[in-house]
Amino acid sequence: MSGLLVIAEQRRGELRSVSLELLGAAQALRSAEDPVTVALLAADPQRFVSALSLPGVDEIVTIALAVTEFDPDTVEQAVAALIAARKPRVVLLAHSVDSFGYAPALAARAGYGFATDVFKVERVDGELVATRGGYGQKVNVEVDFPGRSIVLLALRAGVFKAPEAGAAPPAVTPPVTAFAAPATVSRAVGRKFIELSPADDVDMSTAEFILSIGRGIGEEAKVGQFRELADALGATLGCSRPIADAGWLPKSRQVGQSGKTASACRLYIAMGVSGAIQHLAGMKHVNTIVAVNSDAEASIFGVAKYGIVADIFEIAKELRRHF
Amino acid sequence: MKILVAVKQVAALDEDFQIRGDGRDVDPEFLLHDLNEWDDFALEEAVRIKEAAAAPVEVVVVCVGPERVDASLRKCLAKGADRAIRIWDGAVEGSDAVATARILAAAARKEAPDMLFAGVQSSDQSHAATGIAAAGLLGWPHAAVVSKLEYTPGAQSAVVCRELESGLLHEVEVQCPAVLTIQLGINTPRYASLRNIKQAAAKPIEVWSLAATGLGAADVGETGSASRVRRMYVPDKGRAQLIDGDAATQALRLAQIIREFKAEAP
Repeated sequence: MSGLLVIAEQRRGELRSVSLELLGAAQALRSAEDPVTVALLAADPQRFVSALSLPGVDEIVTIALAVTEFDPDTVEQAVAALIAARKPRVVLLAHSVDSFGYAPALAARAGYGFATDVFKVERVDGELVATRGGYGQKVNVEVDFPGRSIVLLALRAGVFKAPEAGAAPPAVTPPVTAFAAPATVSRAVGRKFIELSPADDVDMSTAEFILSIGRGIGEEAKVGQFRELADALGATLGCSRPIADAGWLPKSRQVGQSGKTASACRLYIAMGVSGAIQHLAGMKHVNTIVAVNSDAEASIFGVAKYGIVADIFEIAKELRRHF
Repeated sequence: MKILVAVKQVAALDEDFQIRGDGRDVDPEFLLHDLNEWDDFALEEAVRIKEAAAAPVEVVVVCVGPERVDASLRKCLAKGADRAIRIWDGAVEGSDAVATARILAAAARKEAPDMLFAGVQSSDQSHAATGIAAAGLLGWPHAAVVSKLEYTPGAQSAVVCRELESGLLHEVEVQCPAVLTIQLGINTPRYASLRNIKQAAAKPIEVWSLAATGLGAADVGETGSASRVRRMYVPDKGRAQLIDGDAATQALRLAQIIREFKAEAP
């Protein structure tokens, strides 16, 4: 048992950025004798080889799949076969929707150590320790894996640092090995992708100033006054998941993991947004975040630069007077 | 026809909570329990399928937990579940998502449903693993993060949409019986009527021992788990700089922040 195995993730012909973050995590975790192997599973894995030929990668394993896009049976069996052949000590994969679809099944079946949504990995006295959030991210939970010689860790995206872009290429290009995927009869066959078409013309990813509303607004009838406030401020109105799920605002306005990332945003005012981890994933990078919430314990205050613990309707009313 | 829905009673933290003496969990006195939000959607999806079906469909909820979880199971009965099963044994204490999945898989073998639904994840520990781990142990087809479902009870397959990152869906045809983990927003869960709540209070909850599932103590708890909690602690969080004062004062400062931003804007 030795080495670190990284499972790179691709979708629709593109390497997902979290794949590089996994490499960064592998570098931080490796000890001198731990080789880092990156596995590429795709219909045409060759196309991603150069993107992953990075310093610190000792080997790239390509697994050519019979399917073009993720299918849980094909991916699970290919990863299981590779782990059985290589016996790495640690397998790093993304805490992503694709991983949700196969990693727990693989870990449970094979009896591997397993933890998900991990944001810190370290060795403490030689033992692998992973840290994740508990009780709605209010506490940190350190877990270990007694008696497990192989451990699968699904790492949270946006936490581990990817190797610097434009870094010097490795002195020696890592060797590329082809690994034959086991023949699999898939029982969950992908048919097509569907883009959630924008229900209005807004593009949250280009908005520089966002006023976002969450569950705290309480009822649909209150949406209008925040839309009016956003217009007066010159802000784009956004929301967290419960508002879009309830149909109070179109899905295109949702900021977060399954919605849009506030990529261009520099001022983000969150009103009545509690700050679920999925929402934070879409906005926690914003330079100036102001959180307004009546619950002083709300997670949103953990990422905000400024906090206002108050009734959002009173703040909205008072703020409106200034614009 | 039968749909089994695995549900969890989650815990939120009370204000000023404390970590337990051994440092490995929160002192249970500070836990506020409720049905997991995702499971409410999973149950609603099952009940809607039942209501739309031509043939009779039984919706059974199953939960791993001590007596206190009966309150959540009664909520499920009031919202349309036909039967409720609770599985518990002292040895189950300390089970992680994989050990819990082992119990749920054993329950599914006994109940032999046409479908097993679970929530995508729990609001407290957020593993996003239990349902699909159970699928792996059962050897059943599965799909995670289902935000749309077309399924007729008894059909050979179902068509689901997996909700991917960044506003993308993946339509997948899954063979049945399957395990599906259900995403928020797939439906609008109903509220239980007062009448249904009263009726649910009188309904029995089937209590199974671990032995009744065919599992032993070594299959569950810490030995049956894929991970073990060694420490729980309150992180030093970056805290927002608080803007104090009455609403007028706070709003004035916020207006200044907005003006500063606009002045800097290119």
